[in-house]
Amino acid sequence: MQHSKNDVWVGLFVMIGAAALVFLALQSANLLNISFQSGYRVTALFDNIGGLKPKAAVRSAGVVVGRVESIAFDDTTYQAQVTLSLQDGYKFPRDSSLKILTSGLLGDQYIGIDPGADEKNLANGDKVTSTQSAVVLENLIGQFLYGKAEEGGSAPGNSNKK
Amino acid sequence: MSWWHPAHVGHAVRGKLADVGHGTRLFVQLLRLLGTALRRPQLMGDQIHFLGNYSLSIIAVSGLFVGFVLGLQGYYTLQRYGSSEALGLLVALSLVRELGPVVTALLFAGRAGTSLTAEIGLMKAGEQLSAMEMMAVDPVSRILAPRFWAGVIVMPLLAAVFSAVGVIGGWIVGVLMIGVDGGAFWGQMQSGVDVWQDLGNGVLKSFVFGLTVTFVALLQGYAAKPTPEGVSRATTRTVVMASLAVLGLDFVLTALMFSI
Repeated sequence: MQHSKNDVWVGLFVMIGAAALVFLALQSANLLNISFQSGYRVTALFDNIGGLKPKAAVRSAGVVVGRVESIAFDDTTYQAQVTLSLQDGYKFPRDSSLKILTSGLLGDQYIGIDPGADEKNLANGDKVTSTQSAVVLENLIGQFLYGKAEEGGSAPGNSNKK
Repeated sequence: MSWWHPAHVGHAVRGKLADVGHGTRLFVQLLRLLGTALRRPQLMGDQIHFLGNYSLSIIAVSGLFVGFVLGLQGYYTLQRYGSSEALGLLVALSLVRELGPVVTALLFAGRAGTSLTAEIGLMKAGEQLSAMEMMAVDPVSRILAPRFWAGVIVMPLLAAVFSAVGVIGGWIVGVLMIGVDGGAFWGQMQSGVDVWQDLGNGVLKSFVFGLTVTFVALLQGYAAKPTPEGVSRATTRTVVMASLAVLGLDFVLTALMFSI
């Protein structure tokens, strides 16, 4: 096939386009990190997971140490069963406790690990028993209003008696 | 006879149906000519050069400025909620999912679609297409098909360049000028953008828009009245119809791709 003077420019154009795609895939979508997400799995039961979603971060001392892999409902205990995938490099004692926390006021929910003191470490397939549910804003507001109503209800009652 | 007379209505409907039929036939013909277009890469290469390389500068500059503006506007809104770290995610998602494919398609319709329509319309007005037919050369496979497939190949690449340059523009404004933390900017983006769900669907969108814009441009040129006025009208119609089709299709595609 004969060459034309445009070949260089067409080649450059296609290469720039391909480079842009690769840049987007690596830099903004982090393609490489997804593929080597090896780790060990740990399950935990929560009374209420609030707005936790799969792929949410698992943090300890603020550092991301793993991801939420899946969330299911356990209909024998009526609790949420959360499977975490923790990175191989990080070890946690078996009596570590899990909390569902929120980053910022309106931020995403994530799971925080408070390390315990056991000598044995969590291993693949272990179950974490000590968990603390998400704070549900509606329940908090409900409790607050209930408390306020009690205060407000008793104060005028006292003044009437006097 | 007034406009509501049945004969008028019937004539108008028949005319529209014939247009739709011609358009569909041309579209199917162009799709089936992929093999023919690939067997003559020289023709397609020239068209990629004409449609792609010459559109690259306008696409890159527009992408840069759209990225700048997204960085500024996004920062002022996010900062109210104390989550300015999510700026990277906002910029990348809006570019990759929506702005990249759509704005590129609109610019492509204005920059390359019009020139395609005018070129084909003038070929028709100068009776070059008829001359080719006389020589037993099919103008659809010799003239239209290479342009069509070149446009379809070029669009996703241009959209990718637009998004990539836009992300860099958002980074320049957000991180370098305003001072958002660079690690959080990229980190939030990387945890929030999915390769297949967001990037893949964006590329698919730009591919569909490439088909749409190039086909509309070629059809308008091929069906233009062979007069100077007819060519000018066809060029205008290319921009209007291609833009409307892109925006309408974008809604349908977004509803199909991103609704959960």
